[in-house]
Amino acid sequence: MNNKVLMKGTDALAEAAIQAGCRCYFGYPITPQNEIPEYMSRRMPEVGGVFLQGESEIASINMVLGAAATGARAMTSSSSPGISLKQEGLSFLAALELPAVIVNINRGGPGLGNIAPSQGDYYQATRGGGHGDYRMPVYAPASVQELYDITMLTFDVADGYRTPVMILGDGMMGQIVEPIIVREYNKPEDELPPKDYILDGAEGRPSRIIKSLVLDVREMEEHNWKLKRKYDLMKQELPQWEEFMTDDAKMTIIAYGTAARIAKGAVKRARSEGLKVGLLRPITLWPFPDEAVINISKKSKIFLVFEMSTGQMIDDVRLAVQGKIPCEFYGRPGGIVPAPQEIARIIERYWLQKEL
Amino acid sequence: MKTIYTRPKCLKPAPFHYCPGCGHSIIHRLVCELIDEMDLQGRIICIPPAGCAVLAYNYFDIDVCESAHGRGCAIATGMKRANPEKIIFTYQGDGDMAAIGTAETLHAANRGEKITSIFVNNAVYGMTGGQMAPTTMLGQKTSTSPYGRSPEVEGHPLKITELIGTLPGAAYVTRTSLATPAKIMATKKAIKKALEVQMAGLGYSLVEVLSPCPTNWKVSPKDSFIYLEEKMEKEYPIGVMKDITAKKKDS
Ligand SMILES: Cc1ncc(C[n+]2csc(CCOP(=O)(O)OP(=O)(O)O)c2C)c(N)n1
Ligand code: SF4
Repeated sequence: MNNKVLMKGTDALAEAAIQAGCRCYFGYPITPQNEIPEYMSRRMPEVGGVFLQGESEIASINMVLGAAATGARAMTSSSSPGISLKQEGLSFLAALELPAVIVNINRGGPGLGNIAPSQGDYYQATRGGGHGDYRMPVYAPASVQELYDITMLTFDVADGYRTPVMILGDGMMGQIVEPIIVREYNKPEDELPPKDYILDGAEGRPSRIIKSLVLDVREMEEHNWKLKRKYDLMKQELPQWEEFMTDDAKMTIIAYGTAARIAKGAVKRARSEGLKVGLLRPITLWPFPDEAVINISKKSKIFLVFEMSTGQMIDDVRLAVQGKIPCEFYGRPGGIVPAPQEIARIIERYWLQKEL
Repeated sequence: MKTIYTRPKCLKPAPFHYCPGCGHSIIHRLVCELIDEMDLQGRIICIPPAGCAVLAYNYFDIDVCESAHGRGCAIATGMKRANPEKIIFTYQGDGDMAAIGTAETLHAANRGEKITSIFVNNAVYGMTGGQMAPTTMLGQKTSTSPYGRSPEVEGHPLKITELIGTLPGAAYVTRTSLATPAKIMATKKAIKKALEVQMAGLGYSLVEVLSPCPTNWKVSPKDSFIYLEEKMEKEYPIGVMKDITAKKKDS
């Protein structure tokens, strides 16, 4: 396959899911991600898959849970208010250790907010918006190609660790049209554990139970530690990031998703004016690429975190930096997408202020 | 000597945690007898509720998937759509089915999901200690309707089975009772029919079973059967609300 085509973010994501063997999609319409269910409603019948518009986000994620319990690769997508409704399901998926892919095309909030691109759901995504002591891998692609590649990857991560996985994009990521290489999906057969937990009728084997209720507190504690060991493994194996011109950078911008694209433009501008500025772009938001932050903090004199929110990821940056170098913040919440020039001006301001 | 009564094969040899006289024990036995008789153990999956029957997997020796409170019919939908050849049933209390899970239940029925729901109506929230349920009867005292349910304050009992009976996607909808041995046998027949309707791919099937909760009704197990017949069956008349197979026979 591997042909180059022009594709919209939402379509690339949906097609990648299908290529990765997702045959069950359940969702409820909400802007700015309606193109995903619309694409799925066209495509699923062509590949013998299931598309069903649920009566709500709660129903949709529980349909995903049911399909996952039978061993299917299943997915749902939504945007901020809808993701709030999916939190119950996320907690149950994590507790039941069922794989699923959940897409959040983040819009302005809180409340109904607006339908513009935003990064206000970082906390909800990375801090386990549902109840209980669980973690969930969160990926933040920053191009249509990456949306395509990461979507495929998330199904493997979900199956590999038996966990829900979130793709966190924003309206910009969904709407952007870019040329991408549509590569074929290669399943990492030997790396994925067998699905020996699925429910398909107790034919010729003992009956199976998928449950999260553990009334015995000692057993529950052990289950929590077992999950923790799994999360520790994810922390070792999953972190992904991109570094751009960080080697000699005195100042490093940290931004993800759409904000990182804007920041990259700003870094290029700053470089053309001789300012040694670099960019660190976390691709996984949980687990957060602490290692990259720590390494860069040994070279750079200052971090400038840029988010399309009032500042959420900056907490993770500060936790990783542990006060070794200053972390400044610039944010545009509420759906504003600033131009690279604006970020370049902020870079310049700090450059002068800190006498770099 | 001939064996005339024995533990069903797919009922695990574990003592029930249910209170003495609880209807869940009876319904569990009926379900397991049917799974044996219909030879379904190898292709049936149960989704129990959050409710007193949350531990159904301790008794049913079949594949079981837990559900969040009220989400049974959505989970069943996902399972059935992903795996149409399996037989999927939800087992739900009145709070699970007709309060927190109303949307999931009505929409699954309306879509004609080829699943079966066994709906255990005991007019209270058993598990959490006898609070008011959507099916609590007018005048009935519960721990959160201590003055008796009044239509002005708490509204009327919700008859979700009647509602579902009006939906085109529903194929077989009936209400039975556990008040007498004959009615218990009729309940078994109804559940059998509901499973057969699912297996024939005809649509959604639902059996509401009026079931005693002596603990929260604050009556003896023996009196709970009288309560069932004299109070519950008056508010919730037993009988078939919809049966598309009957229509087929007529025409
Ligand atoms: C989201 C959520 N809310 C509340 C509860 C607590 N809860 C568990 S079971 C239940 C009601 C049980 O009543 P019913 O469905 O009538 O079943 P029964 O126990 O009477 O068989 C409630 C409120 C819960 N588990 N989850
Ligand atoms: S509380 Fe009621 S429904 Fe629950 S086990 Fe006891 S009798 Fe049965």
